[in-house]
Amino acid sequence: MTARRQFIQQSAAAASALAFPLVGGAQPRSIKVGILHPVTGALAYSGQQCREGALLAIEDINKAGIKSLGGARLEVLLGDAQSAPQIGAAEIEKMNEAGCAAVVGAFASAICLATTQAAAKYNLPHVVDVGVADQIVERGLKNTFRFGPGYRTCAQVAVANLHVLNTAAGKPARSVMIIHEESLFGTGTANLLSRELPGYGYDVKEVVRHANPTRDFNNIVLRMKSVNPDIVIPANYYNEYALLVRTMQQQKVLPKAIYSVLGGAASSYKFLKEFPEAANGIIDCNHWFNPKDKRSAELKKRIEAKGLFFSYEVFMAYTAVRLLADAIDRAKSSDRAAINDALEKSTFADHFMPYGPTRFVNGQNQGAQPLMTQVIKGDIRVIVPRDYREAEPIFPLRA
Amino acid sequence: MLEFGILFPSVLNGLTTGAVYALVALGLTLIYGVLHIINFAHGASLMLAMYGVYLLKTRLGIDPYLALPIVVAAMFALGYALQRVIINRASHGRDENILLVTLGLSIVMENLALIFFKSDTRSIETAYTLTTVAIGPANIALAKLVAFAGALAASALLIWIVARTHLGRAIRAVAREKQGARLMGIDVDHVYAMSFGIGLACLGAAACFLLPAYYVNPQVGGGFVLVAFTIVVLGGMGSFAGALLGGLLIGVVESLGGLFLGESLGQIGIFLIFIGVLLFRPQGLFGARA
Repeated sequence: MTARRQFIQQSAAAASALAFPLVGGAQPRSIKVGILHPVTGALAYSGQQCREGALLAIEDINKAGIKSLGGARLEVLLGDAQSAPQIGAAEIEKMNEAGCAAVVGAFASAICLATTQAAAKYNLPHVVDVGVADQIVERGLKNTFRFGPGYRTCAQVAVANLHVLNTAAGKPARSVMIIHEESLFGTGTANLLSRELPGYGYDVKEVVRHANPTRDFNNIVLRMKSVNPDIVIPANYYNEYALLVRTMQQQKVLPKAIYSVLGGAASSYKFLKEFPEAANGIIDCNHWFNPKDKRSAELKKRIEAKGLFFSYEVFMAYTAVRLLADAIDRAKSSDRAAINDALEKSTFADHFMPYGPTRFVNGQNQGAQPLMTQVIKGDIRVIVPRDYREAEPIFPLRA
Repeated sequence: MLEFGILFPSVLNGLTTGAVYALVALGLTLIYGVLHIINFAHGASLMLAMYGVYLLKTRLGIDPYLALPIVVAAMFALGYALQRVIINRASHGRDENILLVTLGLSIVMENLALIFFKSDTRSIETAYTLTTVAIGPANIALAKLVAFAGALAASALLIWIVARTHLGRAIRAVAREKQGARLMGIDVDHVYAMSFGIGLACLGAAACFLLPAYYVNPQVGGGFVLVAFTIVVLGGMGSFAGALLGGLLIGVVESLGGLFLGESLGQIGIFLIFIGVLLFRPQGLFGARA
C-alpha cells in the first residue's frame, strides 16, 4: 500500500516536473516586435505618424495579449530610419540582434526596399505598412508582406477613374502634367502614370521631378503656367505637396483639376486644416479607411484626442500591426518561420480597411485597394468606388 | 517657355534670392579681405543664425523681421568671441591654421545642431507667408521682396561702414598692410575680431530674411557657402561691389537654370560660371587683389 502510494506520489511529482518546462519555456511572457520608421529627417512627419499608429495598435493588442500564447504581450523595439535606406537597414541588423520576432515598417518605399532585404537575411518577418513600390514584393522574398496596395494598382485605379469622371463630364480635360518626388515612390508612380494615361487618350505634356526637400516651387509652377495643363498630378510627400499647391495658389495657376495619385497632402486633415482654400476640391487616389466601418471613426477620435491628425500613415501602420498580431496568434509561437508561415496563410478580416479578408500572393495582399477621395465642403469624402461613396465627385473643379 | 510672362517672374525670383546670396557673400569677402582666410564656418554660422531666428519665432513668437536687431547683435557677438577666443588662439598667427580651425568649427557647429535639433527640416509660418505682390505678369512672394530690399540695405550699410567710418578705415588699413597698421597704433587683433563679427552679423541679417521663405536643417549651410564662395570669386576677392553684383547675377543664373533644366541640374550654371571665371578672369569682375 505505502509503496504504491509513494510510487503514485512520486510519479505525480515527476510528471508535473516534466510538464513545467513545456509550460514555462515554450510560452514567452513577451514577444519583441520592431517598429521601424523615419522619425527624423525629411520624412519625419510621416514617420512619426506611422509610429503613433503602430503604438496605438500595440496598446490595443496588449490589453489582452496574444491569446494563443497565454496573453503574452508585445514588447516594442523602436527604430529610427532617419529617412535614409542604409540607416533603415542598419536598424534591422540591430533589431535582429535584439531578438525581434518580427518587424513592422518602414513607410517610405526606398527605405522598405532596403529593410525587407536586410530582414530577409535572417528570415525576419517584415510587414510593410505603406511602401507602395511594387519591387518590394516582387523579389521573391519569403519574409515580406504588404497589407496595402502597391503603386501599380493605385495608378491603374486612378487612371481608370479619371477617365470615368472625365467622360461623365463630357471630356473637358486632355492635357496632364505630372510632378513627382525623386525617390523610388515618386519616380515609380510617375512612370506608371506616363505609361497608362496615353492609352486612355490623355496627353502627358510634362513630367517634372523634384528633390526631397524642395523649398521653392516657383520655377516648377512657372513651367506649369507655360505648359498650361488641364490636370495636374502630384505624387510626393507631405511638405512638398503642401508647398506646391500653396505656390500654385500664390501664382494663381488654376488647372481644371488637381488629381493626385498617392499625393502626400491631398487627403490629409492636417493640410485641410492649415490651408482650406488651397485644399478645396483636390482629388486623391490614396490609402483610405472604410468610411462605413465605425471602428475607423473610433480610432480617428482617439488620435485626434492626442492632438494628432488622422492621416493615412496612422491607420496603415495600425492595421499592419494588427495583421502581425493576428499572425502571431495563429502561429502560436514567436518563431520567425512560424510567423512567416502564418502571415502567408493569413485570412485576417477583422479590420476597417476596404480590403475584405486578407489573401497574400507573393507577399502582396490581393484585396488591397486605394480609394478615391475629394475635399468637398471642408471635409475629405470618398467618391469612388460606389460601395464606399460618401459624396458625389465634382469634376472638373473649374471649366 | 521663352515668353516674357515666364522669364520675367523667374528673373525677379532670381534677383530676390541673389540679394540674399550677396549679403552672405559680403560677409565672406570682408572676412577674406581682412583676415586673408576663407571662412569655412560661414555656412554653419548661417545655419546657427537661422535656427536662432526659428527659435525666436516658435518659442517667443518674435517675427523674423522684428528679430533682426537681436539676431544681428547676437551673431556679431558670436563672431567677435569666436575670432578673439578660438580662432586667434588656435591658429598661432599662421594663415593655414586659421583655415583648419574654421573647418573644425563648422563640423562642431553642424553636429551640435544635429544633437539639439535632429535632422528634421523646419520652417516657420507667418501671417504673410502666402501674400504675393503683383509686378507686371509676376506674382512675387512678399517675403522675398522684403528679403531683396533688406539685403540691399544691409549691403549698402556695410559698404558705408567700411568706406566712411573710423572702424572702416582701420579695417582697410589692416587689410592692406597688417604690420604697418600695427605700427600706426591700430589694435590689429581687435580689428580682426570686429571684421569677423561684422561678417557673421551679415549672416544674422541674411537668416532673418531667408527663413520666412526658406527652411532650416543642420545641413542647410553647405549649399549657401558653396554659392557664396562662387560669388566671392566671381566678384573679386575682397571687393564689395563685386560680391553684390555677383550675388544678383548668380541668383538670376540659378533661377533661369532651374526653370529650363530642373532644380538639380539647374545648379550647373553657377559652377560653369565659377570655372569660367577662374579660367578667363581669375581676379574676378572687380578684381581687387592681384
